[in-house]
Amino acid sequence: MHETAIAESIVRTILENARQLQAKPLSAQISCGQFNTVNDELMQTAFQAAAAGTLCEGMTLTIRHIPLQACCRQCKTVFEFDVYKPVCTACGGDKYDFKPDAPLLLETIEFEDNAGFAKG
Amino acid sequence: MKISLNQRILSRNEECARKNKVFFDEYQLFCLNIISSPGAGKTTLLTRTITDLKGRLSVGVIEGDIKTDTDARKIRAAGAQAVQIETQGACHLSAEQVHNALTLLDVKTLDVIIIENVGNLVCPSAFDLGEHRRAVVLSIPEGDDKPVKYPGTFTGADVILINKIDLADYIPFDLEKVLADIHMLNPHAAVFQVSAATGQGMNAWYDWLLAECRKHDGRQSESIEKPSR
Repeated sequence: MHETAIAESIVRTILENARQLQAKPLSAQISCGQFNTVNDELMQTAFQAAAAGTLCEGMTLTIRHIPLQACCRQCKTVFEFDVYKPVCTACGGDKYDFKPDAPLLLETIEFEDNAGFAKG
Repeated sequence: MKISLNQRILSRNEECARKNKVFFDEYQLFCLNIISSPGAGKTTLLTRTITDLKGRLSVGVIEGDIKTDTDARKIRAAGAQAVQIETQGACHLSAEQVHNALTLLDVKTLDVIIIENVGNLVCPSAFDLGEHRRAVVLSIPEGDDKPVKYPGTFTGADVILINKIDLADYIPFDLEKVLADIHMLNPHAAVFQVSAATGQGMNAWYDWLLAECRKHDGRQSESIEKPSR
């Protein structure tokens, strides 16, 4: 449900950029870590709802999930952490430190080309 | 035309959270944000804490609920200042809501602001409110699988209270597994086993709270009593 607040924030930023560039936004890509608990389906629904009636209506949203990394204290291997199998993938050790989780980022926005060139 | 932004999506909330923190530090207030599922016992934990620390710690509470001011009334009845935020459906408190609520408290008389977030083990953990420390309350009847099912919430906590510990003898709950899971996710958190209903284990929690308040208090340090041990 926090996806609603995230969606509203994304739409607000896209609209600000669209106004500056005087261009219609077509698509956007966001990225998130594992602890932001972004659910794709809810995120898409929330984005559509926030975009409705604005220049963002009909835009495509791509969500990129970035794995959480941990560093094994025993063998120093950096591995992708799986909460359901919380051990080092190299040595099986159960003592490790988390690397910082990825923040919620609005990475890119693609706009319709003003000059009428290919939309790419 | 594609533009690369890499902008933090919740930057507006983060900006307001920074303002809140400046406010807390200016008034030498310790701020704690409490997160839990509905029914874990946050309000009972607070009313007991307020009652037991009366005369030793002046508490102000910001209550977040979807509807009703029931909790704020309970806090006031226990003898503390309280502001109720009714989110009208939103599943978490935002830094801006807290900012507005702060204007309704007489903060000069307070040692600590405790924010009781909307009952929800997922969403509130994504929103920084400007607090100094974050608490998570997990109660025995919720089951012993919660830390691994909600890793983000438990990893982000500074203090974890396992509440309703008096029910551990009656409900299947693998306490050792929970403690191991919490340690695996968050080896740095302080963990207390308490019962806000019976008072069991509460003194250790009070010691932690009083110590944190002293750390953030330059002005009224004499008024916050040292733990009685």
